[in-house]
Amino acid sequence: MKVVGEFLRGVGEATLFLFAILSALPAALLRPRLVVHQLYMIGMLSLIIIAISGSFIGMVLALQGYRTLAQFGAASSLGVVVAFSVVRELGPVVTALLFAGRAGSALAAEIGLMKATDQLSAMEMMAVDPIKRVVAPRFLAGFIAMPLLAAIFAMMAIGVAGGHLIGVILLGLDDGSYWSQIHQSLHPHDIWESMLKSLVFGAAVSWIALYQGYHAAPTSEGVSRATTSTVVVSSLAVLALDFVLTAFMFR
Amino acid sequence: MTSTGQETLVRVRGLRFAFGPRPIYDGVDLDIPRGKVTAIMGPSGTGKTTLLRLIGGQWRPQGGTVEFDGVDVHKQSRSQLFELRKRMGMLFQTGGLFTDLTVFDNVAFPLREHSGLPESMIRDIALMKLEAVGLRGAAELYPEQISGGMSRRVALARAIALEPAMVMYDEPFTGQDPISMGVLMRLIRTLNQALGLTSIIVSHDVEEVLSISDHAYVVSGGKVLDHGTPEAIRNSPSELVQQFLQGEPDGPVRFHYKAARDYAADLLGGAP
Repeated sequence: MKVVGEFLRGVGEATLFLFAILSALPAALLRPRLVVHQLYMIGMLSLIIIAISGSFIGMVLALQGYRTLAQFGAASSLGVVVAFSVVRELGPVVTALLFAGRAGSALAAEIGLMKATDQLSAMEMMAVDPIKRVVAPRFLAGFIAMPLLAAIFAMMAIGVAGGHLIGVILLGLDDGSYWSQIHQSLHPHDIWESMLKSLVFGAAVSWIALYQGYHAAPTSEGVSRATTSTVVVSSLAVLALDFVLTAFMFR
Repeated sequence: MTSTGQETLVRVRGLRFAFGPRPIYDGVDLDIPRGKVTAIMGPSGTGKTTLLRLIGGQWRPQGGTVEFDGVDVHKQSRSQLFELRKRMGMLFQTGGLFTDLTVFDNVAFPLREHSGLPESMIRDIALMKLEAVGLRGAAELYPEQISGGMSRRVALARAIALEPAMVMYDEPFTGQDPISMGVLMRLIRTLNQALGLTSIIVSHDVEEVLSISDHAYVVSGGKVLDHGTPEAIRNSPSELVQQFLQGEPDGPVRFHYKAARDYAADLLGGAP
């Protein structure tokens, strides 16, 4: 019973925290420099890990897909297989998982330490609302960065460093049919749904990371716990949300 | 700046505050006189820092009132409270400097947030504040590159950047070497004079604090034990105050933490 109570309390607190962030968003929009700085910290610095992981995922998909497709003599459709799995599923999900590990943990640790070293209290005593000044710009940046990162991930996975590298250059598929089949079968709504997924994941991961950091116990143990639970909770949330969204989008 | 012009800047009446079941304050009355340096002393764990947070409106008391310049701090809306806080500076024990900003940007922070002044003027004001604490030369350094005493001076420069009416110091002398202690003591005194501030110093460094304050309170166990001029405090009839001032290990505050069983029974009785 106690565990359930604690859980519900946490959910309630986190929801109130989300409302506080949302009501501080207009203030954050008026300070674009803060948001741009956070976009650099959250988005730009996650770029390398996202690009490299994207390429590897694309390469593995091409190898595995080719073996199956070749059995049916459909190896020339390799591009479609790679593109569909990346755009619809793996792109947003793997990006969100990497985003939680790279950017989410950093957010939670940074804010937890700011709390532990009285920086947030000092800000409050200077009549500056930390939700407006610190939390909201980071949330907004995470929300903007995630779809962009997922798009870059998908391009790397399908493109010349991923699926294309293995399919066309290594396995000798026709370059033209690789691209034209992708072009024919991938519809705009696939891409919109992929974007929608990554927007939701971006908001969820940023919300969880900021909540964990802001409500961390102001000790070194508290900060470490906040970092860990950011990664654990947001990974689970991403996978669960992915199921829900996919079920809604299933046609 | 509006001011009621009363003698007392902060008036605390019947303050009650508890952390869960543990009472910290149980009906405390304090008067912080305007333009003076007031010391609040007491053994560790008596909630001196809590008092500053209650005055600053960060925490809410369970009973009683805190008035700042005639305004009840805890009856304000959030934006009114923020307006009040622009007239209070607070120096945290650890400094609370923003580690991602340089010393200069730390001091400029409240000005950039609130003053609406052009950047060139903000630069001049921030440099003047840094010069006042003797750290203009450190303007481009980051907080991790300066010593603990220096960070407190930077935090002081930041606390006075908006020309507040009052500055609250939380344990400003803890862990300082004699030189930086001397520097801080002189700064607190001279800034109070030069800027017409009201200062509240919370500390347990008895001699240092008494030597620079005009008025002192001794709090312990949720009560005010004694208050008055430093001279009056030194001659206080209260045993507890004397124990605290002299630093005697045993007295009204026991050396032994209260144990459930007596010593002999505990040793001879074996594990329960």
